[in-house]
Amino acid sequence: MVIAFGSMSRFRPLRWVVRTFVWIIRGTPLMLQLIVIFFGPGLLNMPFSWPSGESGRFVAATVAFIINYACYFSEIYRGGIESIPVGQYEAGQVLGMKKGQIFFHVTLLQVIKRIVPPIGNEVITLVKDTSLARIIANKEIIMMAGEYTNKGLIWPLFATGIYFLVFGGVLTVLLDWVEKKLSYFRV
Amino acid sequence: MAFLEVKGIEKSFGTVQVLRKIDFSLEKGEVISIIGSSGSGKTTLLRCLNFLERPDKGSIIVNNEVIFDAMDPATQRESEVRKKRLHFGLVFQNFNLFPQYTVLKNVTLAAELLAKERPDFKQNKKAILKEIQDRGKMLLSQVGLSDKLDCYPHMISGGQQQRVAIARALALEPDILCFDEPTSALDPELTGEVLKVIRNLADRNTTMIIVTHEMDFARDVADRVIFMDGGVIVEQGHPQEVFGNPKEERTKQFLARYKKD
Ligand SMILES: Nc1ncnc2c1ncn2[C@@H]1O[C@H](COP(=O)(O)OP(=O)(O)OP(=O)(O)O)[C@@H](O)[C@H]1O
Ligand SMILES: [Mg+2]
Repeated sequence: MVIAFGSMSRFRPLRWVVRTFVWIIRGTPLMLQLIVIFFGPGLLNMPFSWPSGESGRFVAATVAFIINYACYFSEIYRGGIESIPVGQYEAGQVLGMKKGQIFFHVTLLQVIKRIVPPIGNEVITLVKDTSLARIIANKEIIMMAGEYTNKGLIWPLFATGIYFLVFGGVLTVLLDWVEKKLSYFRV
Repeated sequence: MAFLEVKGIEKSFGTVQVLRKIDFSLEKGEVISIIGSSGSGKTTLLRCLNFLERPDKGSIIVNNEVIFDAMDPATQRESEVRKKRLHFGLVFQNFNLFPQYTVLKNVTLAAELLAKERPDFKQNKKAILKEIQDRGKMLLSQVGLSDKLDCYPHMISGGQQQRVAIARALALEPDILCFDEPTSALDPELTGEVLKVIRNLADRNTTMIIVTHEMDFARDVADRVIFMDGGVIVEQGHPQEVFGNPKEERTKQFLARYKKD
């Protein structure tokens, strides 16, 4: 959300920096970002390092996912906010509303309605992308399944597939519910 | 001094000058209609009055209070503009109702938000909100929509939506109500009901500025007609004068074009 407002800022340098950042994050593979974030501090001799062991890997992976998805989400927010007709703002202004009142009472719900479907897409992709965390040797689900498979068992891979399906299914149901909640009006 | 004085308003977008030396005045209870061909600057003029555009030059005076003066930055401070724009109401060509609110809430929302700034809001919350609700219902019955209070905008016709928009603009009791082609986005069979509502307002001595392409309506409802062309007021006067006996060549040409269709 902060990134979205940054990329719409009237203050040019800020807008420029934020948009460049978004461009870089969206333009490079998530896997590369994971590697850079986890190994970068060490390689660059930064006075900062991830906590050692399992938890460090987990934190690093989480940070990478947050940065990556924040950028995608920010673009969805921006698209949502910019898609609201200017007449909605003007109607609010003419009625003497403050900028914040217009945002919260007039545009916000319309924005939410517009961004729920694309956000849903992203969240489901996010769930599946967690399998990338293996690159920095986080124990994610497919890896665990793989370990079992190496022991000669095939069913764990199926089980993980089903796990992802169920998880995605739950999210889909949840998102449908939100969409239905908002279907009482049309934008 | 008249109730509204507009003096020497000029406005350019980039290098294109859209308004030049606009002067006119309006008495309380008077209705002015503004006619003119497309691109003559009618919408821009209304937007200037409603602080949606900032004029490059000129001043706007309401009830002896200078609410805008291009030479005086003190009149343009954001915090004051918000209060001052309440002198005017604006009904848009395409309604701009808030889609997520019911018809009644569309009318009451701004008043409710404004009431929160009242010092006595906390103590009298219930009574204040009730009063706003009642007023909203009263306005909606005035525009003939008592049975649509709980509908959402997408459930009602364009003509009904525009009547809601008129009630919404009236809710804050503006001194001067502006209409920008209120029927242009409507099917012909729906324009009548909206014009009837505006005519009712005129009969109740509501001060109004109406931009319209409905020539017969402009002639009937207005106390004075302004004809604009190329960003200037070419001619203004009593409707019978302007329509029946136009002095300027450009007015004659414009009206002749309308008679043909
Ligand atoms: N925001 C803007 N930026 C640049 N030019 C503009 C802008 N708004 C209006 N104009 C120009 O100003 C001129 C006058 O426009 P305006 O909308 O005031 O005309 P109008 O009389 O309302 O026309 P219509 O009858 O079509 O509604 C037009 O040439 C238009 O292109
Ligand atoms: Mg116009």
